[in-house]
Amino acid sequence: MEVCGEDGQLKLLGQPYSPFVVRVSIALAVKGIHYEFIEEDIHNKSELLLKSNPVHKKIPVLIHNGKPVCESMNIVQYIEEAWGNKAPNILPKDPYDRAIARFWAAFVDDKFIPSIWGVFKDEGEEQQKAVEETVANFLLLEETLSGKAYFGGDEIGLVDIALGGLLVTIQTVEKITNSVLIDKQKMPLLSAWADKFCKADRVKEVLPDPATLLKLMWERKAKMTSPPAGN
Amino acid sequence: METCAEDEVQVKLLGGSTSPFVLRVRIALALKGIDYDFIQENLQSKSELLQKSNPVHKKIPVLIDNGKPVCESMNIVQYIEEAWDNKAPNLIPKDPYERAIARFWAAFIDDKVGPCIRGVFRGHGDEKQKQVEESVANFLVLEEALRTNPCFSGKPYFGGDEIGFVDIALGGWLAFVKALEKGTDSVLIDAEKMPLLSAWTDRFCEADGVQEVMPDPVKLLEFICATRVKFASLAAAN
Repeated sequence: MEVCGEDGQLKLLGQPYSPFVVRVSIALAVKGIHYEFIEEDIHNKSELLLKSNPVHKKIPVLIHNGKPVCESMNIVQYIEEAWGNKAPNILPKDPYDRAIARFWAAFVDDKFIPSIWGVFKDEGEEQQKAVEETVANFLLLEETLSGKAYFGGDEIGLVDIALGGLLVTIQTVEKITNSVLIDKQKMPLLSAWADKFCKADRVKEVLPDPATLLKLMWERKAKMTSPPAGN
Repeated sequence: METCAEDEVQVKLLGGSTSPFVLRVRIALALKGIDYDFIQENLQSKSELLQKSNPVHKKIPVLIDNGKPVCESMNIVQYIEEAWDNKAPNLIPKDPYERAIARFWAAFIDDKVGPCIRGVFRGHGDEKQKQVEESVANFLVLEEALRTNPCFSGKPYFGGDEIGFVDIALGGWLAFVKALEKGTDSVLIDAEKMPLLSAWTDRFCEADGVQEVMPDPVKLLEFICATRVKFASLAAAN
């Protein structure tokens, strides 16, 4: 747990296993920014969370000098802009390159998250359909990686964080549902990217522990498939 | 439809006449005074250019700037602001916190407001009623934001003294919402319950730059009514 220093008063309300919170932790780590992590119990939300995010009442929330910023990729962009002169830069400078980065970050949010959630919660044909959609989405991303170490180029950028924050969750979903979403053979670049990302300095320290996440998600899955009381 | 007097026009917009998403981009281009070629797309028979420029979603709007395509309406608006940032007015604030607030509310409009309006458009009976109620609830949240959020309260627009990012995000929907209210005999933006939002609606629609690009309300209403009949017969057939 880092404490605030020269970066002003900075708190992150979150839960270490939420992929959305992980995205923000990665951005802060990559920029080398100090902050206080306040763990929230999402079944018993704090006054601070409810007051800081009255519209959605969700984590993550970043509170910078008392002012709250909500929604994970919005927070990541805020971090880039508020600490714009702290390397590395998460977004390129060129307006067109920025638009492309934002497009793919939005693609991760609008397409991946629902399809991965479908793989996790659905069964049978519905689940198979979600697996196929997720694989198709990954193949699109595979194409955009050609020739680059990261989606952001030589260094981690916006799209890397958008997808990278989800990586341990995706790998856990693969284990639980016995499915292959990031296929090494069909997606060699993406597979290599996933390995490199998870081992990158500053990133690896904030990724959730896979064993604990596996246990938590098994518990969640069990609650979803247990028969209703009374049967 | 703006065209360049001389050579090849630098900017093209692939779009349609009823889409709120296309309208957002037209408003941004109009406010910035940017010339462009408007290319009307037939969504039942998408052009090669559209499919090549937006292979992932194959949707409008697509802005093509010197041959390079930008997709997704609010992404395009942000691109317009950044590529022409020395052209007044500025559509997005400079301060990082204010920018984050602007992005938050634009996302609220995209994630909550838009889908419910679409739900009213496509829905019938109980389902439509549910979507009307949710839409009203969303608009009340915006009313509250106008009233209490320090970035917005007391100012003519979400962007402050001038139209900004959130105004464009919501404003693009206004013509559609008004026509939808008529077409479904419902009230979504209630002048009594939402005085600030109502006043903002009037102010936005009459603003220079905006009124010139607003779609013909009669044609829009015809489109909405005709499409709703189609949805209803599809639903009845199922």
